[in-house]
Amino acid sequence: MSHAHSDAGAGHGSYGSYAIGFILSVILTAIPFAMVMSGQFSQSVNLIGMLVMGVVQIVVHLVCFLHMNTSSEGRWNLVAFLFTVLIIVMLVGLAIWIMVNADMLMMPWMFQ
Amino acid sequence: MSSTVMHSNHAVAHDDHAHHDTGGNTVFGFWLYLMTDCILFASVFATYAVLVNHTAGGPSGKDIFELPYVLGETALLLVSSCTYGFAMIAAHRGFKGQTLAWLAATFVLGAGFIGMELNEFHHLIAEGFGPDKSAFLSSFFTLVGMHGLHVTAGLVWMIVMMLQVSRRGLTDRNNTRLMCLSLFWHFLDIVWICVFTIVYLMGTI
Repeated sequence: MSHAHSDAGAGHGSYGSYAIGFILSVILTAIPFAMVMSGQFSQSVNLIGMLVMGVVQIVVHLVCFLHMNTSSEGRWNLVAFLFTVLIIVMLVGLAIWIMVNADMLMMPWMFQ
Repeated sequence: MSSTVMHSNHAVAHDDHAHHDTGGNTVFGFWLYLMTDCILFASVFATYAVLVNHTAGGPSGKDIFELPYVLGETALLLVSSCTYGFAMIAAHRGFKGQTLAWLAATFVLGAGFIGMELNEFHHLIAEGFGPDKSAFLSSFFTLVGMHGLHVTAGLVWMIVMMLQVSRRGLTDRNNTRLMCLSLFWHFLDIVWICVFTIVYLMGTI
């Protein structure tokens, strides 16, 4: 009874979900570090590899550690998160787009 | 939910009713705060991305980043996320001693992370690569330092929670607070994934 209220707002985990999250995170962290530190791969392969691993690891953390799900109790958490992702994509994407263009126009020697 | 139904009987003390109603809302409200914090971090990440090549004759990321060291920091933070999860499971089951032990373990790991980060900053500044050296280093210190400040705030909060739980036990109110700190702590680990990927790994290739 005393725990009833804390179920709303965010879910609870189990040892299993933390263990799965931990093992996946270790793998998803080790791979990009190993790729970069070995120096065996080209820059573009490294870049794509680390970005994919990073995004996958964020999803693993959200599901296994923050217990995000599509259940009715967690629905608004998910909606708020997705809206935030939209804002972040626009904020970061547009900032880089605008500022890199400004740099190219004002400091063209930096891009030669 | 069931508590709300039971307390709809107006004979129940008003304070208790209000509290049971707001526990979930408190956690959701804290979640919304975290979302705005995400946007704050995104702004600083965007600043970093714009300034990363503006080294002004100073060092670039390739010259100053040590990946094995960053891997150590990452490991500390990841394990601390797990130990906090165990603290939440113990709290959910009502085991006060276990909860305190896992919180203490999380605190030690988090403090280790902050110690490593301060050591890294100290070395950079001692070598003359402080935030005043270039726009790149200014944005680097701002971004990584802001994450460090968040972790420090989490550590202070964790001390407060350990005192609260040891004095008052695992009350409803303390459980709600532990839940909020849990979200905060896991959220900081997610931000760290972005930091080591975008700052350290992308800076090294």
